[in-house]
Amino acid sequence: MSASAATRLTGRAATNTVVAVFVLYTLLPVAWLVLAAAKDADALFSSRLLSLEGFTPVSNIGDLFATDGGIYGRWYLNTLVYAVGGAALSALVSTACGYAFSTYRFRHKEKLFGLVLAAVMVPQTVLALPLYLLASSLGVVNTFWAVFIPLLFNPFGVYLGRIFSDGYVPREVLEAARMDGTGELSLYFRVAFGMLLPGAVTVFLFQLTAIWNNFFLPMVMLSDQELYPVTLGLYNWNSAATTSPEYYPVVITGSLLAVLPLIVAFLMLQRFWRSGLTAGAVK
Amino acid sequence: MGTGAPPPAGPTTPDTATAPTPSPEPGSVRRARPAPSGRRSARRRELFACGVLMTPFFALLTAVFLVPVGTAVWLSLFADDRTGLGFGPPNPSFVGLRSYLAVLADPTFTAGLGRMLLFCLIYIPLLVAGSLLLALLLDSGAVRLRAWAQLGLYLPHTVPGLIAAVIWLYLYTPGISPVLDLLARGGLGVDLLGVDTVLPSLVNVVLWSNLGYNTVILFTALRALPREVVEASVVDGAGPVRTALLVKTPQIRSAVVTVALFSLIFTLQLFTEPMLLSQSTSMIDSRFSPSMYIFDAAFNRNSYGLAAAASVVLLACTIALSYAITRWTNRATGPEEER
Repeated sequence: MSASAATRLTGRAATNTVVAVFVLYTLLPVAWLVLAAAKDADALFSSRLLSLEGFTPVSNIGDLFATDGGIYGRWYLNTLVYAVGGAALSALVSTACGYAFSTYRFRHKEKLFGLVLAAVMVPQTVLALPLYLLASSLGVVNTFWAVFIPLLFNPFGVYLGRIFSDGYVPREVLEAARMDGTGELSLYFRVAFGMLLPGAVTVFLFQLTAIWNNFFLPMVMLSDQELYPVTLGLYNWNSAATTSPEYYPVVITGSLLAVLPLIVAFLMLQRFWRSGLTAGAVK
Repeated sequence: MGTGAPPPAGPTTPDTATAPTPSPEPGSVRRARPAPSGRRSARRRELFACGVLMTPFFALLTAVFLVPVGTAVWLSLFADDRTGLGFGPPNPSFVGLRSYLAVLADPTFTAGLGRMLLFCLIYIPLLVAGSLLLALLLDSGAVRLRAWAQLGLYLPHTVPGLIAAVIWLYLYTPGISPVLDLLARGGLGVDLLGVDTVLPSLVNVVLWSNLGYNTVILFTALRALPREVVEASVVDGAGPVRTALLVKTPQIRSAVVTVALFSLIFTLQLFTEPMLLSQSTSMIDSRFSPSMYIFDAAFNRNSYGLAAAASVVLLACTIALSYAITRWTNRATGPEEER
């Protein structure tokens, strides 16, 4: 009896140790980023991160926004516009389409839906050259739209939108509204959309992260630094750092500032992430 | 168009398998107006609304997916790299499979593909074993502060891939990395971006980003298991370890396989992380992965035919793997659903 209690206790201790080690593995690099972003260059290069001297977070941020004529602020603003605007528009488009897939019946519906699912898996690198050629034939290479429009395409959002519509929008409510004479379109905008709002927020969050992370498309389309998102800008600065090390501190501080909104959004809106993950995993 | 993209029959198809129902709708479209003409016009209004709601998305799908995929296929068959430098081939002529032969005979392309396969051989077992272990431990009920542990594990997934690569690159750089500094003080000089270490170092970056995300997916699958089955095995006298390995794990087999296959697909597309590391180590060249090869062919060498053919090869691999996933998950979940 006491022997089994002892094994259970060691089992618990072992379990918690293993989980703790993995949590340290996931958290320590982020902790390093936070510390490194707060320290001055001397402390950074001598790896004296844990000492109490050399904390200069304010002047680090000042340096960041002063480097190369303050272009970082511009990049940050661009990323906000690409990500927030793009994700909002994309969520509206994808949710509407997912709702239509869930609500209406028509010929070859499942084949069409299969096409949407297939699009989820297609690598972006495959589409890059043709998209670039298309954009250049339209004369929009190196403009805001060349990056913004392709990022609105979110087939996974349609998949989520369909799942959420199946789950959140009771058919009886739609039927009742139809009998009251509500038109089909106002049925969506006045009745269903309110119920779908949590789902739309989930789609928005996923696309927000995807656009924030994206750097391949901007790299292909943009040559004007003024249009860069943060990721592409940091990529260029990191490239510069290999020859002029004074860029290292700004890359580090810039990385931390670029991650913060995502972490905050994640912590504040956890419930929406979870519902998306569950829908994505259960399929 | 000939996009060559046969949609893998989606995982959600089974219940409503293509219903070409012309007019008498069962279920969802039962209407108040009984007259047949009223029903037909209602049907027309429905289809109109459906069209309006779907048009924006399918316009995007056409413009940024179907047309580009079609263009890639067309370029791979028509673009002649020997004449067409610069802004597209001036006189596109049918070159047949010449671009494909050139890609497949190019040792830098096949080496990149092989490198990604090797990457998968290291990465996927580590990812699956790690996330399964963590998910089982979290599900065992023995973990304190489980919600916090989950948050901590998931955190790296919110860090953009490029920034994850920046963090780890600096942790691999002597003179900046506190870890390497400690090791060097102990007389252990390690080059984490050397010939033999660069691939494991890259695996670590990608593993760090994805471990928590996949743990959450497997954990969700474990939570969805019927508790009676698990409790029955406990009553039978199976210890927690045996319950985890012999009772729980086999039941989430399909989730584990899905995680593995999706990771395989995304690894084949690996681009951001090696691209960033290539700035700091000569061990990663500009054609390290197939995606980097495509980028290099298209935008550094202006070989549109080569880039397009490589894209189509990568696309074909992706479609084949997606198809395998769908087949596998349908087979794996089929019997479970019947139970």
